[in-house]
Amino acid sequence: MIDLVSSDLVSIRNSLQNKEFTAVELLNEYIERISKSSRLNLFNTTNFEDALKAAHESDQKIIKGEARSLEGIPIGVKDLFCTAGVKTTASSKILENFVPTYESTITQKLHNEGMILIGKLSNDEFAMGSSNETSSSGPAVNPWKEINSDKELVPGGSSGGSSGAVAASLCPLAIATDTGGSIRQPAAFTGTVGLKPTYGRCSRWGIVAFASSLDQAGPITKTIADSALALKYMAGYDEKDSTSADIDVEDYEQSIGKSIKGMTIGVPKEYEELDLEDDIKQNWEDAINWYKSAGARIVSISLPHSKYALPAYYIIAPAEASSNLARYDGVKYGSRIKGDDLDDLYKNTRGLGFGAEVKRRILIGTYVLSAGYYDAYYLKAQKVRRLIHKDFVEAFEKVDAIVTPTTPTTAFGIGENLSDPLKMYSNDILTVPVNLAGLPAISIPSGLDRKGLPMGIQIVTNHFNEGKLFQFGSVVEKSRSSIKNQSEWWLI
Amino acid sequence: MNEINTTSDVRHTIEGQNGEWEVIIGLEIHAQVTSASKLFSGSSASFGGAPMSHVSLVDAAMPGMLPVINKHCVRQAVKTGLGLKAKINSYSVFDRKNYFYPDLPQGYQISQFKYPIVGEGQVKVSLKDGEDIIVRIERLHLEQDAGKSFHDIDPENSYIDLNRSGVALMEIVTMPDLRSSEEAKLFVTKLRTILRYLETCDGNMEEGSLRADINVSVRKPGENLGTRCEIKNVNSIRFIGMAIDYEARRQVNEIENGRDIVQETRLFDVSNGETRSMRSKEEAHDYRYFPDPDLLPLSLEDDFIKEITSELPELPDHKKERLIKSYGLNSYDADILVSDKNYAEYFESVASGRDPKISVNWITGELFSALNKLNLDIQDTPVSSDQLGELIDLISDGTLSGRLAKDVFEIMLETRKSPKLIVEERDLSQITDESSIEKIVDKIIESNMDKVEEAREKPKLIGWFVGQVMKESQGKANPAKVNDLVKKKIGI
Repeated sequence: MIDLVSSDLVSIRNSLQNKEFTAVELLNEYIERISKSSRLNLFNTTNFEDALKAAHESDQKIIKGEARSLEGIPIGVKDLFCTAGVKTTASSKILENFVPTYESTITQKLHNEGMILIGKLSNDEFAMGSSNETSSSGPAVNPWKEINSDKELVPGGSSGGSSGAVAASLCPLAIATDTGGSIRQPAAFTGTVGLKPTYGRCSRWGIVAFASSLDQAGPITKTIADSALALKYMAGYDEKDSTSADIDVEDYEQSIGKSIKGMTIGVPKEYEELDLEDDIKQNWEDAINWYKSAGARIVSISLPHSKYALPAYYIIAPAEASSNLARYDGVKYGSRIKGDDLDDLYKNTRGLGFGAEVKRRILIGTYVLSAGYYDAYYLKAQKVRRLIHKDFVEAFEKVDAIVTPTTPTTAFGIGENLSDPLKMYSNDILTVPVNLAGLPAISIPSGLDRKGLPMGIQIVTNHFNEGKLFQFGSVVEKSRSSIKNQSEWWLI
Repeated sequence: MNEINTTSDVRHTIEGQNGEWEVIIGLEIHAQVTSASKLFSGSSASFGGAPMSHVSLVDAAMPGMLPVINKHCVRQAVKTGLGLKAKINSYSVFDRKNYFYPDLPQGYQISQFKYPIVGEGQVKVSLKDGEDIIVRIERLHLEQDAGKSFHDIDPENSYIDLNRSGVALMEIVTMPDLRSSEEAKLFVTKLRTILRYLETCDGNMEEGSLRADINVSVRKPGENLGTRCEIKNVNSIRFIGMAIDYEARRQVNEIENGRDIVQETRLFDVSNGETRSMRSKEEAHDYRYFPDPDLLPLSLEDDFIKEITSELPELPDHKKERLIKSYGLNSYDADILVSDKNYAEYFESVASGRDPKISVNWITGELFSALNKLNLDIQDTPVSSDQLGELIDLISDGTLSGRLAKDVFEIMLETRKSPKLIVEERDLSQITDESSIEKIVDKIIESNMDKVEEAREKPKLIGWFVGQVMKESQGKANPAKVNDLVKKKIGI
């Protein structure tokens, strides 16, 4: 019996390579645990049969000494990545039976290192949401609960299936995407490490697009070392993605635990005025103190335009989404609901195929791009975006990293915010500016609040400085108190 | 070169019930870029092929697919811009033009809206009366073609072929500088010639490589511009003329009968030569243009533009000037020769070391009428330029008379043999030897003594004698010498 709960990506890799257990043994343990965790509703599709075949092949390779870097390790993949021969739904009815013939660049790169797809993980429909409640397969459930409460909580979103799966030890690594916080917020809600790399660091090819200028793939893991290991094999230039960066990939693992003595941390004063839960505020202060103790210099910085980030984001992202989702029209693939004429076909297919939140964003996006409104909304939002970018550029002339909480609250109850979109959107207030500026950021579990729920600290660095994220992240990982989930209440 | 004012001169009018009307025409030409692959994907851009045989995942807009610009198409657009004496914009942006249609798989066309790759330029057009006009080019931009819908294959379903989907087009927009159907036809012809010289578009209108949207309005000379209508997608030069003539007349009739012109999009109906309304301004699409976030702005290095400039071929205007200057041709002949660079090339080969006037007469006379009859392009001519040159040499050195040469030319067309060989084989060379001719003249005079007397009184009969001699010699006698000898013998 392998102790999956106390295993992480690095330890599993080492155990496999040291032949402490086989890839097939490992996979079977995960399969059993996944099967016992159906209450969490984290998987849209499981891939056990193919995975077992792959695990056998991995074992052969390990025996022959031909093991690749991540040989035989199962991964969960957000259902937004196209996976050849495996259903890819974006958690939307409109793609409920879509099976791609092609593999996304990121998942292909991981397969090339020997990783095995164990299943496709739930997300908010087309990655639009902050709670993983808008999935066509129903809400995903957070493995964490408040102390002495039976209330089921959201795992965050849009990558709630991914954060939940790693938190529940159903896979040691989940590959997700982050458009406005969709990796970091769920990571914060589930006590996992969520990394959003610099825009352009990882290829977007083969990922169902939500907002192309903001979408970025990244890993969700249990530890920083795992995150660095995963990024090493995800990052890199892809000629099939015109926005991917032709910049060398750093050796991320050597940044872990490296001293930050004499380095500078910026604390944005505007964020201090935000409506943050008391425990989160306290946790942020604690983190700053940990950095002080580690020898960093703390300076107050100003990001004056960040108060406009959320409105700008909720114009730009829907605008791009309204166009990106036009291809789901019932003509070529995916669901088709016929009608009397072409307009009927469109209306029926899109009317029934998309959920309420997706429709809301398509409507917003269509509106802000319309003649007569374009200048007032889309163009203005783009100007704001440039100013936000500039704020960060100026800040990074003075500091090595910016430290903030990841979210204003800890995980909330399923259904609590669903009827209030604006409240739901405000979840992203600390994460969205980072996407607008194209910067890398990581959320590190930083402690538990008084309800016993995990909190996350967000570290932001300059473009393509992911190494520093791991370096600064290590301090939080080392300094925080234990974040072990005391109950595995969901197992059946 | 004189600048010709195209906007204020009234060059052409049409007659209405109560006076003259001026027709104002502007064109948007869609020219398919000569390229092996499509604008944003690697699939073949060639014409024809089984339906759906030139379709990549990108062309079919599968989820997660991304466009990557085809550098060759950019090069072709720049080359065309230079050929149109236009400003090349080192910064240009691809935008999405959003609309729903089944043969537009992405739900948007990637085009260039605000920042086209090529700015203002001009094309010189020679009118029939010898006058030149300048047609100003407003812009040229790159965009994707759509697929093709078929509504006549099945009674219930429409079929779609995406072979054309994503093929690169250049949209070339003129200022409203054209004033008659004739001018419009000459402009398109000239533009097509330039594109063919540049080898950036094959100009093949039957295959849809060149299509025009025509903006037409009418006004009283000197008055402000009238309301325009746009006639969409006209695909032959003849139809362009017909559509303009019909539309201008229709607008004049409307106005003279007290009705307003409604700004609208119209279709040209080939079956009856009429235009009919397609959609009004109110029904016009709101395309919600915005920069395509999947593509970075296109930025052209100076060296790239310089390199293309250095590769430009001699263009028709320069070639015409040079032919006039170097060969002493008149403007009319030069225009014919430069209308196809293969004509000019053929001519220059023939005229090298020979009389240019005789050369051009043979080419535009005998050769063109023969090619026309045989329905052949000059590239497939049965008479090579070397062979025609040889024929002209045989005339110059007196071996062949003009008449004999024409006979030899006919044989050359049939046999593809060299004229020297034909003359040898068939003993066709001209008889210039006086004693030989004298013998024939004597023979004719002797057998027609009765006519000799008559001829002395009516010298016109000399011609009859000459004719008889030529006939007797099978056309080979030198006609001038025959004439002289007949006169001498008869005694005139």
